[in-house]
Amino acid sequence: MGSIFRSEEMALCQLFLSSEAAYNCVSEIGEVGLVQFRDLNPDVNAFQRKFVHEVRRCDEMDRKLRYLEKEILKDKLQIIDTGENPAAPQPREMIDLEATFEKLENELREVNANAETLKKNSLELTELKHVLATTQLFFQGRDSEPNSSITQNLLPAEEGKGPVQLGFVCDVTNRERMPMFERMLWRVCRGNVFVRQSEVQQPLEDPVTREEVFKTVFIIFFQGEQLKTKVKKICEGCRTTMYPCPESAQERKEMGQGVEGRLADLRTVLNQTTDHRHRVLAAAAKHLRTWFIKVKKMKAIYHTLNMLNLDVTNKCLIAECWIPTVDMGSIRAALRKGTERAGSSVQPIINQMLTNQMPPTFHRTNKFTAGFQNLIDSYGIATYREVNPALYTTTTFPFLFAVMFGDAGHATIMLLFSAWMVLRERQLIAAKMSGEIWNIFFGGRYILLLMSLFSFYTGVIYNDIFSKSFNIFGSSWHIGDNANATEHNLQAWGELTLNPYYRDLYSGEPYPFGFDPIWQIAVNKIAFQNSYKMKISIIIGVFHMIFGIMVSLINHLFFRRFWNIVCEFLPQLIFLVSLFGYLCFMVFYKWVSFGSGEEFDIQHNSDCAPSVLIYFINMVLLKKDKPTGHCDVWMYDNQFTIQLILLVVALLCVPIMLIPKPFIARRQHNQRMRQLAVSRQLLETQGAGTSASSHEEEFEFSEVFIEQAIHTIEFVLGCVSHTASYLRLWALSLAHGQLSEVLWNMVMKIGLQQASTVGCVMLYLIFSFWAVLTVSILVLMEGLSAFLHTLRLHWVEFQSKFYKGEGYAFAPLTFKNIINGDEEEAA
Amino acid sequence: MKICGPKCSLCCTLLSAWGIVQLGIMAVLFWVKSPAFIEDLSIPEEAHHDAGHFIDALDKSYKTIAQNCGIAAGMYVITLIISGWQVMVNKRS
Repeated sequence: MGSIFRSEEMALCQLFLSSEAAYNCVSEIGEVGLVQFRDLNPDVNAFQRKFVHEVRRCDEMDRKLRYLEKEILKDKLQIIDTGENPAAPQPREMIDLEATFEKLENELREVNANAETLKKNSLELTELKHVLATTQLFFQGRDSEPNSSITQNLLPAEEGKGPVQLGFVCDVTNRERMPMFERMLWRVCRGNVFVRQSEVQQPLEDPVTREEVFKTVFIIFFQGEQLKTKVKKICEGCRTTMYPCPESAQERKEMGQGVEGRLADLRTVLNQTTDHRHRVLAAAAKHLRTWFIKVKKMKAIYHTLNMLNLDVTNKCLIAECWIPTVDMGSIRAALRKGTERAGSSVQPIINQMLTNQMPPTFHRTNKFTAGFQNLIDSYGIATYREVNPALYTTTTFPFLFAVMFGDAGHATIMLLFSAWMVLRERQLIAAKMSGEIWNIFFGGRYILLLMSLFSFYTGVIYNDIFSKSFNIFGSSWHIGDNANATEHNLQAWGELTLNPYYRDLYSGEPYPFGFDPIWQIAVNKIAFQNSYKMKISIIIGVFHMIFGIMVSLINHLFFRRFWNIVCEFLPQLIFLVSLFGYLCFMVFYKWVSFGSGEEFDIQHNSDCAPSVLIYFINMVLLKKDKPTGHCDVWMYDNQFTIQLILLVVALLCVPIMLIPKPFIARRQHNQRMRQLAVSRQLLETQGAGTSASSHEEEFEFSEVFIEQAIHTIEFVLGCVSHTASYLRLWALSLAHGQLSEVLWNMVMKIGLQQASTVGCVMLYLIFSFWAVLTVSILVLMEGLSAFLHTLRLHWVEFQSKFYKGEGYAFAPLTFKNIINGDEEEAA
Repeated sequence: MKICGPKCSLCCTLLSAWGIVQLGIMAVLFWVKSPAFIEDLSIPEEAHHDAGHFIDALDKSYKTIAQNCGIAAGMYVITLIISGWQVMVNKRS
């Protein structure tokens, strides 16, 4: 019987698969997703496993697909997700897939290389065009005749020396390099060169990095061969691109036209190349997801096959796996299906083995319980077949959160958000939104929904909606004659005290549901609420812990640890109940028997109400208080005797928790050893070999005793500290209420107290400010804080009473993650 | 046509919807002089000395704040329309 109450019963099975059918059977098992394979070759190196070649091929295909994916995303194409679940392809189809991917990859690489070359050429031609345009500008003023040499007119002819011949080079370089280049040129040529530069206005695309860079065109004029060599070397060293520039204007014009023509051609070719690439990628994008899933499934299957053993005849593979016993039928069906698909006639065999090893813990969860199970598993995976706290957590977690968060307004905000997530969950899952924070919120949508519903309830009980109270039933408090609320008194006192003794001030009938709305304008609201909230925190805490101890009883009964019931469960329960259960009893008794008004006699009126905490302390210290005035010392008759008995009983529980269990454990161990020895002798006399699996257990008495002592001390001290720890329920709800009130008084009130006309605009703005602060501080921050504290209360205070958490999680071979597109862990 | 991006317009839409609901309810509650809001009233110092004046100032303050809340709610209706239109614009582009 599977349920969330307890983890599933697991069986260790041996699987015999014929070699032809193994692949298909594992594929079908992966689709079902309920079998955890054990690695039967743990000592074998990854490179020596049987199917290492296939895994390598799958990795290659994966790499090719990822390259394709990157190129598709670069072109901003969408990868279509049809949601279909393709089956793992047959081994012989792997060759076809490989060929397809190889072809696609080669084609894409070729196209990319061509595009790069074309872009480089295009860049050079564009730069040349700019060079020609710039030199045109430089020499424009100088040319009187189009055919004369430029260099001739630059320097006036010196007498007797003849015309000076200047050489020049045209270069293009990045704008950032310009100053460095100029300075180096100046230094090396000792100022004997002349540079003119002009910046290219539009940025040019760099073919390699695909980003836009600004470039500068410049001309260097020099005289003589040596300078020419130097300049050329510097240009090469600074990685500028040199362009040959003809001297006459006519040649420049012709070159310019040629360049334009070639650029136009190049652009056409480039466009066609990009179109072709786009078409190839679009065709691939349609199948990409299916291919990914197929390849990932293949890889997973081969990893699993690597874990199997090959038997002696080399004809069948042996697997050891953990299967939930209730799912045997579906596994058998999957195996049959796999064998049919492989066309093999040999039926696979499942053989259940008996073992002493601890099976993995498998909790079958649905989308609702999965969130709560995650919370519990984060602390520790449950031991095999112990009671699963997640079941109770579904209710206690939202409830304890709500006690700390109680505000109906904030709960409504949370409710709207979580209800939207839950109602729209199918669309939201399909949208596959990324972002870790969103995934955390979406994964916990059911937890949030429950938390908000419970918080609404506690918000109504605390009568707190955005720090204001609702008056639905009519307050029980009135201003009557006994209040003496005359004008003179009000001016003198400033505050009015309503004494609940008088029935015209307090009607004697409490507000039917929740806090009376009068408290929101009472000055002593916090003092009143403190008393209530602290007491219910202790009561809730004690009941939660008693419940935890009861769950441990269920565990003891299930695992047949009957001595634990006498030595652990009973003393723990009696200790907790007789001390802290009695504390709760005193709280209830005081609530019932003490009150204000004429119905209560003078010893039970409000001025005689005793302090429960003082009684508790005196109980432990065995102190007797002195009578004061007309009040009784004790709440009820024989209180001192009863308290003494309870204290003695509680103290007696401590040695019962501490001492008997180690002795019993030692006796049980000795019995087991004797039985083992007897059975081994019998087997030897019968001539059979010795049984393999049993191993000698060491029993160190001192170790067990110390462990028991630690557990006892932990429990006894834990009782006190955990009970006090539950007071955080009070502390956080107080903090939340006060924050809410402060936010209203400091922010919203300013908006409300404005004079007319201008007031509305101020109110309009201040409301939005208040709303943002409410959501960010009170809902998000306080919500997170209350969540954390509730989690701590569950993990430490509740679970320490019964939870061992020493199991390991069930990790089946499942294709569900692959279909969802989650990141797969390397096996 | 597009004033703000998708996130901004969605936030404004939700905020406006909340504003309309909350300010609308508050306007009604202030109009019927609910004692829950008695600490939010603004009563000038002079009115504190005479009971009659105090009650008059009380009523006046209630009425003013009710009107303010109503008008602010109306302004949020306009904001809702504008940001709703922005959400449509963002969805289309």
